[in-house]
Amino acid sequence: MMTELNTALIEYCLRIADNSLIHAQRIADWTGHGPILEEDIAMSNVSLDLIGQARGFYTYASQLEGNGKSEDFYAFHRGERDFRNRLMVEQPDLKDFGFTMMKLFFNGCFDYLIFRDLMKSNDETISGLASKSIKEVTYHVRHAGDWVVRLGDGTEESHQRIQKSLNELWPFTNELFEQNEVDELLIHNGAAFNKKELKAEWEAMVNEIITKATLIIPSDSTYFYSGGINGVHSEHLGFLLAEMQYLPRMYPDAIW
Amino acid sequence: MNSNHQWPTWEVFTQKKQGAAHEHAGSVHAPDAEMALLNARDVYGRRQEGVNIWVIPTNAIIASTPEDVGAFFDPANDKMYRSPNFFKTADGLKTI
Repeated sequence: MMTELNTALIEYCLRIADNSLIHAQRIADWTGHGPILEEDIAMSNVSLDLIGQARGFYTYASQLEGNGKSEDFYAFHRGERDFRNRLMVEQPDLKDFGFTMMKLFFNGCFDYLIFRDLMKSNDETISGLASKSIKEVTYHVRHAGDWVVRLGDGTEESHQRIQKSLNELWPFTNELFEQNEVDELLIHNGAAFNKKELKAEWEAMVNEIITKATLIIPSDSTYFYSGGINGVHSEHLGFLLAEMQYLPRMYPDAIW
Repeated sequence: MNSNHQWPTWEVFTQKKQGAAHEHAGSVHAPDAEMALLNARDVYGRRQEGVNIWVIPTNAIIASTPEDVGAFFDPANDKMYRSPNFFKTADGLKTI
């Protein structure tokens, strides 16, 4: 018999895992296409970090469900509407390196804060996964933040291009702090924490780098996207899943 | 990228554990020290190879030339007493 708390924990783990997996898949698009060899390797590393995080949370979700589903099931045998990742991470990356760095920076700052809080979760598995992930995320923020400053405070062209990426990504940032009854239940039980309370800290982290980069955050009147928490996605996720899930769906007996 | 516009190279040294000597791991391209350090971490430190990294601009290294070989190294050939072979060391000692 599945308790309400268990169901909420599963949903919560899938959100984190889906977000890391889809982000990882996007960043992996750069493998072999990086601007320089070192950055190509760096992005593959980041992608693998994120896949590691996804695996941890999928594995825990499967333990909680207790029906023998594997991490591969969650990654490869669910449809678009089942994915709980934020819309920002599914946006195509390969168009501009600065876009990828800005996206990694926005997400990294948020993930840093959420994992820092989750280290204090009364759920031992979640606090353990958070302690492991926060080290990786700390590096992602440093690496991506470094590039945001370089590109923003770089040449006229790099400044203009990364400002454009910032403008394109900003409408996705409100979704970082969205929560619903799943969060409320877990907050009440001490397993998770209030995301809305992270907003001021996130803005301070972001502002520090954005100011250094001489960039400007769009005004408050921006329209904000929303939907990931309910499995309502942009048109890009379907194509991403089609590519990512093709092999295991075409060849169900394939093994790693 | 035009080969004339390559970023300068940096030599990377990694330390495998605390107290051990830093060893040359390879080189990376980077426009400045901070990025050299990040790139070195990504290229040579991503599989838990070490606990510390040094990066040094390649052009800051002064190397001996092949012509120096005779003057630099040959005189040591026939002087066994310069080697520490005759000292006893504690069992299990890996690093001197």
